[in-house]
Amino acid sequence: MPAPRAGSDEERGRPVLIVRNLIKRFPGILALDSIDFDLRAGEVHAVLGENGAGKSTLMHILYGLIRPDAGEMMLWGRRYAPSSPRDAVLSGVGMVHQHFLLIPALTVAQNVVLGDEPRRGPLIDLRAAEDRIDRLRTAYGIEVDPTALVADLSVGMRQRVEVLKALYRDARLLILDEPTALLTPQETRHLFRAIQELTARGISVIFISHKLDEVRLVSQRVTVLRRGRAVGTERSTEITPGELARRMTGHEVTMSFRRQASSAGEPLLRIEDLSAQGTGPLTLDLCAGEILGVAGIEGNGQEALIGALAGLIPARGKVWLGGARIDHLTVRQRVEAGLGLVPSDRQEDGLVLPMTAAENLALRSYYRRPYARWGMLDLAQWSRETPGKLKAFDVRPPSGGVKAEALSGGNQQKLVLAREIGAEPRVLIASQPTRGLDVGATEFVHRRLIGLRDSGRGILLVSFDLDEVLALSDRIAVLSRGRIAGLMPRREADREALGLLMMGAPPRGPAS
Amino acid sequence: MTAGALWPFTATLLAFVIGGILAAGFGFNPISAYGALLSGAFGGAFAIATTLTNALPLMFTGVAVALSFRSGLFNIGAAGQYWLGAIAATWIGYRAAVPAWVHLPMALVGGMIAGAVWAALIPGIAKAYRGANEVITTLMMTYIAVYLGHYLIEGGPMQAPGFTPQSPQILPTAVLAGLVPGTQLSWGIALAVLLAVMVWLLLQRTAVGFSLRITGASPGAARYAGVSPRGTIVLALALSGAVAGIAGAVQVLGVDHRLYDSFSTSAGFTGIVVALLARNHPIGVLPAAVLFGALASGGNAMQISAGVPFHLVDILQGLIIFFIAGEGLLRYASWGRPNGQRPA
Amino acid sequence: MMLDLLGNAQLWASTLTLAIPIAYAALGGVFSERAGILNIALEGEMLIGAFVAVAVSAWTHNVWVGLAAAAVAAALTAALLGWAAVYLRADHIIAGLAVNVLATGLTGFFFNTIYGPMGTPTTTPTVPLWKIPLLDRVPFLGQVLGTHEALVYVFFAILIASNWLMFQTPLGLRWRAVGEFPRAADAAGVAVLRVKFWAVVAAGAVAGIGGADLSVGILNSFSPDMVAGRGFIALAAVIFGAWYPWGGFWASALFGFATALSFQLQGVVGLSKNLLLMLPYAVTVMALAGVVGRTSPPAADGQPYDPGR
Repeated sequence: MPAPRAGSDEERGRPVLIVRNLIKRFPGILALDSIDFDLRAGEVHAVLGENGAGKSTLMHILYGLIRPDAGEMMLWGRRYAPSSPRDAVLSGVGMVHQHFLLIPALTVAQNVVLGDEPRRGPLIDLRAAEDRIDRLRTAYGIEVDPTALVADLSVGMRQRVEVLKALYRDARLLILDEPTALLTPQETRHLFRAIQELTARGISVIFISHKLDEVRLVSQRVTVLRRGRAVGTERSTEITPGELARRMTGHEVTMSFRRQASSAGEPLLRIEDLSAQGTGPLTLDLCAGEILGVAGIEGNGQEALIGALAGLIPARGKVWLGGARIDHLTVRQRVEAGLGLVPSDRQEDGLVLPMTAAENLALRSYYRRPYARWGMLDLAQWSRETPGKLKAFDVRPPSGGVKAEALSGGNQQKLVLAREIGAEPRVLIASQPTRGLDVGATEFVHRRLIGLRDSGRGILLVSFDLDEVLALSDRIAVLSRGRIAGLMPRREADREALGLLMMGAPPRGPAS
Repeated sequence: MTAGALWPFTATLLAFVIGGILAAGFGFNPISAYGALLSGAFGGAFAIATTLTNALPLMFTGVAVALSFRSGLFNIGAAGQYWLGAIAATWIGYRAAVPAWVHLPMALVGGMIAGAVWAALIPGIAKAYRGANEVITTLMMTYIAVYLGHYLIEGGPMQAPGFTPQSPQILPTAVLAGLVPGTQLSWGIALAVLLAVMVWLLLQRTAVGFSLRITGASPGAARYAGVSPRGTIVLALALSGAVAGIAGAVQVLGVDHRLYDSFSTSAGFTGIVVALLARNHPIGVLPAAVLFGALASGGNAMQISAGVPFHLVDILQGLIIFFIAGEGLLRYASWGRPNGQRPA
Repeated sequence: MMLDLLGNAQLWASTLTLAIPIAYAALGGVFSERAGILNIALEGEMLIGAFVAVAVSAWTHNVWVGLAAAAVAAALTAALLGWAAVYLRADHIIAGLAVNVLATGLTGFFFNTIYGPMGTPTTTPTVPLWKIPLLDRVPFLGQVLGTHEALVYVFFAILIASNWLMFQTPLGLRWRAVGEFPRAADAAGVAVLRVKFWAVVAAGAVAGIGGADLSVGILNSFSPDMVAGRGFIALAAVIFGAWYPWGGFWASALFGFATALSFQLQGVVGLSKNLLLMLPYAVTVMALAGVVGRTSPPAADGQPYDPGR
């Protein structure tokens, strides 16, 4: 099913993709409820929605990963019902996934051609592959070295490889799934320029996002999905952000989180020349009653900083908690000294999924009083405290015997909070605390963090989500290439300056 | 979850059915074969005592392997630790001249320590500090243990005077008393039950046990919980080896009373099947061990009276593990996903 | 004396002879682990190969038919592991153990039923010796490499072919992709489950030939405990060889050397033969303890792949 020639008169403005009445059910949930959608040639059409709204389901159907239960799709005037990604690719549909599907141990060229390898006899014709990639590079202005190992590439470069993969297979319809999630503002601008190049050549783009401002910048039309339904399609310039947010969440959303200005006190946490795993030396202070946000792109030393503070990895340098040195203490000793940690991967690190909620609550304290005596666990004590903790943090269902793996993502995170905040730490390190959570759960977490701050504790908020950092922090530090690139009070921070710092460039403006 | 709990029974049943078909294919009558099996295992007091005697080492090794699995480690070399326990107990048994109330415990403890060291010293440390795969290392240590044992009693320092490759007989003060006269069943069985309960208590009710379980379930969470990964690996293998070692000690002190060339290591390997069948539950190991003890004593009877080679029992074992391993099919076939993991 | 020992061409020739069975199995290990399946069942596959080779060779009076049958039988055994690990998503180690126990039981059962206490027939044909025409005139090297039973030379042919397949062809690229990041390979249109399955089957076939080499190449009989842990030593060889086909061979050569040395030393040094027999196993443990951590396996090795996310 070849697509019409690019840029031809018959192509411009015509609908490239028409989706009608698409329905998809999963056990217990109606993921897509009679969706209608269309995409015009050379257009960028954004699809907006929160977690769980149905964006991913729709895209997976478009890409042949799942089959719909009802409804039909037309692609370039013909019936389109792919039963696998292969079908989708053959039909000219390409997808750039949010979590890249690239193999680090192989080169760019190998990754691009995997599954469609050019051959010379029984061998792979690597030269032909590299030639073709070079031609695509120059045609679309995508800079990347075909012989480089993907493991050595930055996130922005890896994304370019993903785009190349689609173009290599003659994609005329490109689906971009949350493409800016891991990019700096500058890389995002590069991406938007690249998208313009692509549409100028007649490629049509579906742009999935939950970021309101980007959607208005890059797309011509935007469709909002909420709970499996399409809640209207508008021209991006004709709808306000407030209206978009309202359609997305279904209720009035306060765009900026209102909180009291902090009255910060004494430094609770002092870090001096801390270095670990190639990150640092870092010097930082965290005061009582303050949230210090650490912004930065993933992979710039966040995990090393957290690991070093928590005692998870060997580190050099000095750390004081409430005036006492803790850098030679073990993980447990630091917890006992009042250092809490909400880890970035709640399923791998923060919880033991096959164990019960009660057992998970005791994960950091089971070996000492009052949860254990003489080496024996005091299970009665556990069951006395568990119900209260679960209710206080709105964990549903509030039952100590439920296994952690049976809880939803939001409830799992609340369980982790119940444990960490419930231990009344003096300093809490919160890493990616709302990753993967929906608006309601996110709001809950944010409120709890603010509450903790207001009670005089200190919070080190490490997040890749710049909006979250801007919303919650009293002061903001930027972590770039393992060093602190900037530190400023919230009122002096703006996205542009932060973005530059995150990329390692000096901030613009008068002498820095 | 009910399907999951019943699966060991289903697996066993399936194994017997297929085993029966195989035997029939070779001209044996499966009904009479299994009949001989049953009567050899449970027909009469002597048969039951023999079954329990065969089950005894499996109770220990099953608990040993189950303990290691729960801690996230595959102690496939329980057989080697079993041998070392037997060697140590034998040596103490015939060398130490102390009163009975000291001698027997000393020999048992010696067996425990020998097994613990055999598991923890090289495989444990190699895994903890080098990430060396413990499946391979514990297994290699088993072969080394077997050759070591043979060396000791064939012209080596533990050979009894004479030409037969065997150790001297242990002193009467070290003998583990028999439970049922006329059979080989010793008081070791009480020890086995006690040990199974103790291991269960360790895992469920102590801080150390909790640390082991966390490590077995999620290494990432274990680090975060402050559990020392290296310490846990070595400890888990040491404990597992200790239990396997005591199995060997009990076998020598209660049944063989000396170390023979033909001392069998199969208990170490069968212990793995027992642990899997019991889904790594220390108490569940006890009935699973009895099943395999029954297969052993019944298998002998089956070979003698129905002519079916004893190896059918091995085939049954293999089929049982195979079906246990395939239990994953049940979990993935059902659509019952945890309610939080909504697609989209 | 050490120099005398090392200068003895017979030692090196034995090294090669003894290494080859392990090397076949190690190659099988590389096949399967490069596709992400940890193959603990190499031992069982070798055992089946060893038995079937003898049984069919004796029955047909043709060792080549026996070898082919051995490869097929071992491949079928591996298919069991493949089915369990790939389609049932069973734990690779447990499934592998199951296959090993099954193999032990089956071979013992058939051995006893068919041959009984007399053992396999002494008239079993063995693999013929081949000479490389000019090489066997070269001093020292000629003795080491020039004359061997055919399976040794066949091994190198298979090794070279496998290496080429894995690193130069599209199939090889997909094979490695599956072992590194199955979801990415899936999205690229590779039939992940099929590649994994056939990789395990191929591994079994090759391991089976390794076992057959033991029973009809080196010896001409079968006994139920003849594999003696070589399947596991082969696994160590895979790790030691960094998951490369040639690496696996060199690691196997090391273990073959340890075995050959232990034979040579018997009677020479005053050590008990039992202590010497420990040598290959001790070397394996030392190799694992010494080298692991510096090489890394295919990223998705040992992880069951669930296409339905």
